[in-house]
Order: sequence, then C-alpha cells, then structure tokens
Amino acid sequence: MNLSKILKNAFLVVIFGLIVTACATKKSVKTTTESSTTTKAAETQKADPIEKLDALMQGDVYIGTDTVGELASGVPDRVFFATNETILTTASRETLRKQAAWLRQNSDVTVVVEGHADERGTREYNLALGERRANAAKDYLMTYGVSSDRIKVLSYGKERPVDSGSNPLSWSKNRRSVTVKAN
Amino acid sequence: MRKKILLLFVFYFILKPGVSYSLVEIDITRGNLDPLPISVSPFFTDEISKEKIKKNLEIDNLGLEISKVIENNLRKTGLFDTLNNESFLQKPDIAHFKPRFEDWALIKSQVLITGRVTSKIINEKDYIRIEFKLWDVLGAKMVDGFSLTTVPTNWRRVGHKISDKVYERLTGESGYFDTRIIYVAEEGPKTQRVKKLAIMDQDGFNTKYLTLGNELVLTPRFNPTNQMVTYLSYFRNMPRVYLLNIETGKQEVVGDFPGMTFAPRFSPDGKKIIMSLAKDGNSEIWVRNLETNIQEKLTDHPSIDTSPSYSPDGKYITFNSDRSGYQQIYVMRSDGSKVKRISFGKGIYGTPVWSPRGDLIAFTKLHKGKFFIGVMRTDGTGERLLTENFYQEAPSWSPNGRIIIFYRETKTDNKGQGFSAKLWSIDLTGYNERLVLTETDASDPSWSSLLGN
Repeated sequence: MNLSKILKNAFLVVIFGLIVTACATKKSVKTTTESSTTTKAAETQKADPIEKLDALMQGDVYIGTDTVGELASGVPDRVFFATNETILTTASRETLRKQAAWLRQNSDVTVVVEGHADERGTREYNLALGERRANAAKDYLMTYGVSSDRIKVLSYGKERPVDSGSNPLSWSKNRRSVTVKAN
Repeated sequence: MRKKILLLFVFYFILKPGVSYSLVEIDITRGNLDPLPISVSPFFTDEISKEKIKKNLEIDNLGLEISKVIENNLRKTGLFDTLNNESFLQKPDIAHFKPRFEDWALIKSQVLITGRVTSKIINEKDYIRIEFKLWDVLGAKMVDGFSLTTVPTNWRRVGHKISDKVYERLTGESGYFDTRIIYVAEEGPKTQRVKKLAIMDQDGFNTKYLTLGNELVLTPRFNPTNQMVTYLSYFRNMPRVYLLNIETGKQEVVGDFPGMTFAPRFSPDGKKIIMSLAKDGNSEIWVRNLETNIQEKLTDHPSIDTSPSYSPDGKYITFNSDRSGYQQIYVMRSDGSKVKRISFGKGIYGTPVWSPRGDLIAFTKLHKGKFFIGVMRTDGTGERLLTENFYQEAPSWSPNGRIIIFYRETKTDNKGQGFSAKLWSIDLTGYNERLVLTETDASDPSWSSLLGN
C-alpha cells in the first residue's frame, strides 16, 4: 500500500517535471523569435529562464550583483557597458559617484581602473575598447573631484573575463570597468 | 636555440638534367578535388651511415624519417595524394639510382621522390649528406634534384627544403615548408589564462617557449626579413609593444609612449614597426623607425584606429577603425594621407592583413553572431568568405600567399566549461581547412618568411 503510494507520487513528480520542462522549452522558443540576437546566442539563452535574464540585464547591460565586488564597504567596484559601447548608464554613474565620494574621503588611496570587453570582438579592437571604457569611468571620477594622478587605467581587452560562459548574460558581466585599489 | 637557427647547409649542389622538362603541373588557384598521386620512396641509408647517425640523433632510419617529413608536408597541402609505401615495389636504393618506371606507374603514381642519406666527417665533425631526386613517372625522366650537406640536427629542415623544391616544381609557386610559426601558447581556465610566446616549425615540430608565462603576452609578429619578433607584453602591468630577438633572447620595449601600445606589425623592409597607441580613451596608429628612433602619428581621429598592416611595397597601410560607427576596414598611404574606407558589406570588419602578393587583404568579419575569415581585393571589391565559426580571428598569410592561418575559440557549455583555442589553416581557395597541431592551446599565429640557407 505504502509502496504504491510512493510510486504514484513519484509518477506525479515526473509528470509535473515534464510539464515544467515543456513550458520552459516553449518559453525559450518564444525568446528566440523575439530577440534580435543570433541563433547561437539564442541557443544558450534556453539555459536561462527569461524571467532571470530580464532581472539581470537592461537592454544588454548587466544590472545584477553577481561578480560585483567592493572597492570599500558599500561601494561597488565595477560598472557595466552595452555591446561596443562606452556610455555610462544611470546605475553606472551612481556607482562611480559612490567611488568618487569614497576616494575623496580617502585621499591617500590611488586606483587602477581596469577596462574589459566581452569575447565577441577581435583581440586588438577589444584592447582599444577596454581602454576607452576605463577612461570613461576615469573621466567621471575626475568630474566628481578625484584628481587624475590618483587614477591609472589598464585595458585587458577580452583577456580577463569574470564569467567563462558563451552567452549574452556572461558577455554582459564581462563588459565592465573595475576600480581596484593600487596601494 | 641558437643552434637551431644557425643554418649550416655547407654544400648545396643542384642535380639537374640538361634539359628542363615540364612536369605534370598542378593548378593551385582552384580547390583541388583531384590530388596528384605521388610516391615518396624512403630515402636510402647505408648500414654504416645508419650506425653513425644513430649515435648522433638516436634515430634508426633517418632516410625513412626524412621521407615522412616530406610526405606529411605534401599530403597536408591537399594537392597531393601520397601513396602508401607498403605498395612500393622497388627498393629505395635501386629506385634512387634508376627507377623502374613501370613499377611506379602500376601503382598509379605520377611523380616519384627518391633520396639517399650518407654520413660524412668534415674537420672531425659529423655531417649528413642528403641527395634527392624528383622523377616524372609517365615521362620516365628525372626532372629535378639536389644534394646538401649539413649538421645532423638539421635533418627536419632538409625534409622541408626538399618539400619546398617539389612544391615549387609541381605548382610553379614558391613553397612554404621551411618556415616557422610564432604564436601564443595558452593554458589554464578561461578566466585565468596563462600565455607564453611559442615558436615551432610550420609542421608543428620543434616547439620552443620563449617566455615563462609570468606576464600576459599577445600578438607576436615576425619581421619578414630576419628573426626578430614584435609583440605585446603586460610586463609590470604596462602593456607595451616589445621587440624580441629570438636568437639571443634579448628583448626591449619599442619607443617611449605615454600609454598602452599594441597591435604591432613590421614594415616589409623590417625597419619600422606600426602599432596603435591608446591614450585618454582614443587609439591612433603610429609608426616608429627602428633605425632612426623617430616615431610619428599617422591617424588623427577620435575613433578607435587599430590593427594596421603594410602593403608589401610599403606604400600603403590597411587598418580597422570604428569612425563610421562600427569597425570597418580602411586603406591609407603610409604617411597617413588619403584615408579611404574599403569594406562595405554587411557586418563589422577587423584585423585586415595585406597578402604578401599584394593583391588581397585577409580580414575577420562578424555578422549575425558568426565570425568569418575572408579576403577582399585591396579596393574592397571581390569579398570572399573562406570559413565561418563561432569565434575565429587573426588571419596571417603563408609566405607564398596561398594559405591563411588563424585561431579559433570554442563556445563553452552552460557551465562555462569546454573552452579551447586552436590554430587552423585554410587555403585561399576556401578548401583544405586543417587543424594545426600545437602542444598546448594556441592563438595569434604569425607565419615567418622562408628561412633561407
């Protein structure tokens, strides 16, 4: 009696699992047609439920907190960029203002702003793009009162990804500039 | 290292019939779907020579090994069907002396390569003498050949020199076998790659590591006239273009620039380096003369200008710029004047590299999420895509302009696993795509010129 009950429950679980899988598949197919991204990219998206992606990316700029470290307590160390872009988003500017405020209070600290690109570009172009991104962050810090001699820039291009995935979410985490204490 | 590079071909004799015969010719301008049947008879080595060579090199049958080098080179061109030596009816020594052409015709071989290896002592030092002959089976004639004497350790290069001769004779083009490839050897997880400069023979043998992996190194490129290399190193976290002498191991930073220098390449005469300087968020192309130490800015635009490459006559430079909004290919005069965009197809274009023949520019193209290696004429017309993949870039030409080598990276799985980077080559025809074997993962290949004597 007990055994058959367990089996029945197990069966139900399997059925439920199948339904969920089916729904997920359906949804991801929808994503594929909706998104203008490539087939390859869309393939990888299947792995991430769409709700999760929506919460983590705005356009193709990463807005989540995974991989984000701290320059100081309560001061995030990095900002994220759109593909091929160096424009700072509202959230990025807020982060950089926090960094600037902290750096103004800790005037003995010098920093290196590391610029990074995702893997979807040629190596040399990405080195230039990383340098551009790091300078976008540096310029903003300077606007908020940090003197330029306290900020060095260092571009890594696509050489130092934080996320090794080959999908739009991973790439969004890798398009970043990171402010690192240098002393 | 030095020993490998010093070229010790002490004697070189051309063995040629009085009249020059036109042998079966191969047209390599099209994809070759009907490779030419060719037999490489194991080079004959007499017993006394075998014993002496074994002492020097620990190789039992050097003649056989040399014939394998040749066979491997020819087979990989895709132009030749190298026949299995188990089907050969005639013994190597007799074949080399006077082939029985009916025996070779019987196994459908149109061309025959034979040779002989002997050991020699000159001034109390051991040498090897290699003689090779190229035979036209149907014409029943010897059509080419030479002999040379060299130090025993040079034996693979002898195989490459013979391969170059055969290729040259049968295709009418200069060969590319006695060459080397410099590249970046990669190891470790994708987020923490350790990269070293490495150099190997064109066929993947004799790999040497030139840096230890302590700092990030990228984009090594050969000087087309000598054994110098220029590359990018992150030594002391200051990304700068360096110059490395691979014979002495001596390296020095190129120029005195106020920011990151990258994307270096030599001028065709080897006397200048063009590169990008990134400063304050802007990358421009600069040239530095290595003899006069004069450096000069060539582009002046707020966009990213990088990946410069000279035309073989040194009069023009092709590069990529995003001044139109996206990365595209441009050509300018080598003084920086007359900048003209040449890529107008769909997608973004990067890494233009001028062919050593001067008529084509190889490039990387990104379109609809795929990466292509392609070629176009120097005015941008005649675009032809040779290969498509998830990620590939950095084309580099073989010295005869017939083959392009590049690197390809794999897509990782959902857990971010399965990353690899490998070198690949493809013929200009778009056929004969091949994995280039390397000891480790590899990227950023650069092909040397023919090594000479």
